[in-house]
Amino acid sequence: MKYEEKSLKRKAAELRIEIVDMITRAGSGHPGGSLSAIDLLTVLYYSIIKVDPQKPDWNERDRFVLSKGHAAPAIYAILADLGFFPKEKLTGLRQFGSILQGHPDMRKVPGIDISTGSLGQGLSVAVGMALAGKIDKKKYKVFALLGDGEIQEGQIWEASMAAAHYNLDNLCMAVDHNGLQIDGKIEDVMNPSPIEDKFISFGWKVKSIDGHSLKEIYDAWNWARSTENGKPSAIIAKTVKGKGVSFMENVVGFHGKAPTKEQGREALDSLKKALNGVK
Amino acid sequence: MSELKATRDAYGDALIELGKKDKNVVVLDADLSESTKTAKFREHFPDRFFNMGIAEQNMIDVAAGLSTCGKIVFTSTFALFATGRPWEQIRNTVAYSNLDVKIAASHSGISVGADGSSHQSLEDIAIMRVIPNMRVIVPCDAPESFKATIEAASIPGPFYIRFGREKVPVITSKNDDFEIGKARVLKDGSDVAIISCGMMVFLSLEAAQMLEKEGINAAVIDMHTIKPIDTKILSQFADKARAVVTAEEHSVIGGLGSAVSEFLSETLPVPVYKIGTRDTFGQSGNPVDLIKKYKMTAGDIAEAARKAVSRK
Repeated sequence: MKYEEKSLKRKAAELRIEIVDMITRAGSGHPGGSLSAIDLLTVLYYSIIKVDPQKPDWNERDRFVLSKGHAAPAIYAILADLGFFPKEKLTGLRQFGSILQGHPDMRKVPGIDISTGSLGQGLSVAVGMALAGKIDKKKYKVFALLGDGEIQEGQIWEASMAAAHYNLDNLCMAVDHNGLQIDGKIEDVMNPSPIEDKFISFGWKVKSIDGHSLKEIYDAWNWARSTENGKPSAIIAKTVKGKGVSFMENVVGFHGKAPTKEQGREALDSLKKALNGVK
Repeated sequence: MSELKATRDAYGDALIELGKKDKNVVVLDADLSESTKTAKFREHFPDRFFNMGIAEQNMIDVAAGLSTCGKIVFTSTFALFATGRPWEQIRNTVAYSNLDVKIAASHSGISVGADGSSHQSLEDIAIMRVIPNMRVIVPCDAPESFKATIEAASIPGPFYIRFGREKVPVITSKNDDFEIGKARVLKDGSDVAIISCGMMVFLSLEAAQMLEKEGINAAVIDMHTIKPIDTKILSQFADKARAVVTAEEHSVIGGLGSAVSEFLSETLPVPVYKIGTRDTFGQSGNPVDLIKKYKMTAGDIAEAARKAVSRK
């Protein structure tokens, strides 16, 4: 698909509003990592990935794995906007009886390809999906989004080894590198750097980008999906946790805490201004 | 002496059969394909066999990913590493979403022998049974292992199927009926019901012979499906015999004995005596010595039956 910066920018701004609105209503959730990931996901879902909201189980579709499942509000906002399920459902986030569980559930939400929430598992699932694509000689790609704290899980490196071993060049992964995890800065908690070198040494193709530059994101996802040299692709996207809401940016406390009603209103006001700025 | 065959061997044979029938059957192993007998599948279907290396957590989630794309996936390694190492992957990714992953493990129980405690899985039935959506099968011999593997592939959703390393007597026939969730009455009896699984079934038959000589008429039930357990047979025999013995090559905590007790304590409380390891780790040794050491011989089963009968 074509790159249309203005419409993508507008979309990302709208989705930020949905995310903050959902989490504020719910009174719990993970705003920081949803906002850091939303630009990566907006470009993916509105200009790269091949999915059909009318046929969520379409066999030939591209797959997506939200390995950092706590960014559920981000993917929910997108799937609702694309028509996978009615937008009204967004108000039910994390509520009893809602399809929108705290972490994504593939059996409840159309468009979710795998249930996630427990960190470190999604990349392995993506490897399995990519392997199935190779067995069946399908053209679909498998996209995955990981957190940078998440890559502290040993299983990520088991999966990385397997992806390269089986030459899964249909696997396109991005790390949302916002530098923060619940207990603080990732380099203080358990330093995973140098991230790029690690994936290179595991046999991946690696590209580092600004995870809030829509053009860089677009080029990176395209690079990842079009690379067919036997290597899986990793995009290391430098991002800002809480991006777009000034009082949340780079504030570790907003990893898994909802804004108060008042903070929510303030955030929504500024996000709406930002959206008007795009128009 | 009847024919001897390892249950893991029958598993390998069943995989070949499945591979021929359904191109969506995929097999993963974690560097133990010769031991688990998945190598048999690899030889016939190299394009659908993937060695995942010594990385069981990844193996389980790769299987999950494959299953979302229409594959019926068997994952194999030793029982301890098939269930213990990736327990949370099984719980959160495979079972929660009810995915078509069949965890088929070999080298279960104390009879692994010489490798010692680190390789003797005595907790696997417990930790698989506790997970919602998971079904747990412990076949008693080779023909039953073959049938269990074939049938598990035809039922959507996760399974844990437990095989052993040692050759064990063939006590069922190829032509016997087999249905997951339906226990088999190998010997009818009215004084005590011995309910067992895996290789403890043939020891239970031996125990029943011993008891017969003493005038105790014991039933022997092959409870190959531990979950969902056959409550109909349990009720029927607990009601008839009013004394129960369970026998499993597993800890008495959480396994077959617990499953039987859980059901009977709510419906038909009768004495239930459990044969199995008692809150302990194993050790190196030959299987015969270990079965003796942990009080799991036919004689031990008979003794438990006598106690149960005396409680009536």
